Amino acid sequence: MTQILSPLPGTFYRSAAPGQPPLKADGDDVAVGDVIGLIEVMKSFHEVRAEVAGTAIAFLIDNEDPVMAGAPLADLG
Amino acid sequence: MLKKLLIANRGEIAVRVIRAAQDLGIATVAVYSAADADALHVKIADEAVHIGPPAAKKSYLDMNALLEAARSTGCDSIHPGYGFLAENADFSDAVTATGLVFVGPSGRAIRLMGDKVSARSAAAAAGVPVVPGSAGRVESIEAARAVLEETGFPVMIKAAAGGGGRGIRIANSLDEFDQAFPQAQAEALAAFGDGGLYMEKVIGRARHIEVQILADGRDAVHCFERECSLQRRRQKVWEEAPSRALSDALRAELCASAVALAKAVSYSGAGTVEYLYDDAADRFYFIEMNTRIQVEHPVTEAITGIDLVAEMLRIAGGEPLRLSQGNIRVKGHAIEVRLNAEDPARDFAPFPGKVGDLRIPGGPGVRFDSMLYSGYDVPPFYDSLLAKLIVHGETREAAIARLVRALRELEIAGMKTTKPLFLALAADPAVLAGDVHTRWLEGWLTDNAAALAG
Repeated sequence: MTQILSPLPGTFYRSAAPGQPPLKADGDDVAVGDVIGLIEVMKSFHEVRAEVAGTAIAFLIDNEDPVMAGAPLADLG
Repeated sequence: MLKKLLIANRGEIAVRVIRAAQDLGIATVAVYSAADADALHVKIADEAVHIGPPAAKKSYLDMNALLEAARSTGCDSIHPGYGFLAENADFSDAVTATGLVFVGPSGRAIRLMGDKVSARSAAAAAGVPVVPGSAGRVESIEAARAVLEETGFPVMIKAAAGGGGRGIRIANSLDEFDQAFPQAQAEALAAFGDGGLYMEKVIGRARHIEVQILADGRDAVHCFERECSLQRRRQKVWEEAPSRALSDALRAELCASAVALAKAVSYSGAGTVEYLYDDAADRFYFIEMNTRIQVEHPVTEAITGIDLVAEMLRIAGGEPLRLSQGNIRVKGHAIEVRLNAEDPARDFAPFPGKVGDLRIPGGPGVRFDSMLYSGYDVPPFYDSLLAKLIVHGETREAAIARLVRALRELEIAGMKTTKPLFLALAADPAVLAGDVHTRWLEGWLTDNAAALAG
């Protein structure tokens, strides 16, 4: 099992824009390069891409939660 | 006079407002999110109230939390600063409905000026020149095509509910226009909950010049202009006053038009009327009015000696305007640069982090407005503005020399900031000559990317 870590500190978003479905639902499979969420740092938005492939993604934090750099965002099976 | 003020903001502007209030003997209440418990505005205010988690939506934008904080601490007034709820008409109304004083204009005035279409109409009605374009909202693409005969190309399609550079598209041809118009409609609806659009001719090469206003609901005065042509992604980075581009006659006309607009809408408080100035045609056009104190207000304070935030507080406390137009005079030249937590060497990537050694410049003609202190951990959740360096000199040349001197003194260890950008700009021949326009900096950044990266 691996984890996806936050590359930056900021606010984590699970969808690309308010009101849109999450980029990845819990349980989805993930390929290398898939965007799994966004981090907002000082009003600028950065995509979080998976660096490894995995199955059944399980998010560890909620939409709009604050995160620190290096904090785990999700588990990958 | 107000007795106890809640400052519904954070960062350098919260510090600035607290200082002005304390100078006037008004008690101050800071508010803070969980990420700002150690912030300077919390430390210097007389009291502080925790209002929620880091996300601004759940703290600094939470009207109920702010009103409850004001009520529980016995405040009689709320200053919104800039950003967050400063230009939210519903917040102004809600504060007033609670029986408190909103330090700023009425909800009615904010609504009128916040909708770019009604602002444009109000300006035209007050005799202020507006950029050629649609008379109001354009409801259909057919109606929009008819406006193109007046504007030609390129043309700007703007969201009525937009602002601050957001919700703008530019079309260079009819093909581009036909494609951009429905996209802009959908975008505006998604971003602002209002798909209303209007159109304006693109003024090819223009300066951004704005006029500072103070008004008490009956009378209004101007505190002259600021030029803010150096912008990156439509965000101002360097502001100065006065503008050397204006003749005395045109300056008088420009400033009088801003006063006329403020009076026409019975404006109260501090406000800024923004214009584009077309050098070639020697004409100015209204673009919008900002119904708040602005980031760059210290530039005006430096050349006029007026404490704009203190005047806002006096007006909100019920005093009539103390200043008469004849007593407001310009002395020397001032420049402000915005020190953002951004790395100019890496395309201005945001750079939150911990401040190490902090050395603040001083001496004659130097002002440093900031929320920084040694050991402060800059949170990643908010705007990247760390500090504003304001310099004042007898002439523009003296101000630029002083800017360079002060920037060299400044040390914000541990952080990447926009300081190297300003040192480079202050040595650039076009900047020294004042030969710039609103899109000049974008081109300069492309040409000088390598130098900034080194």
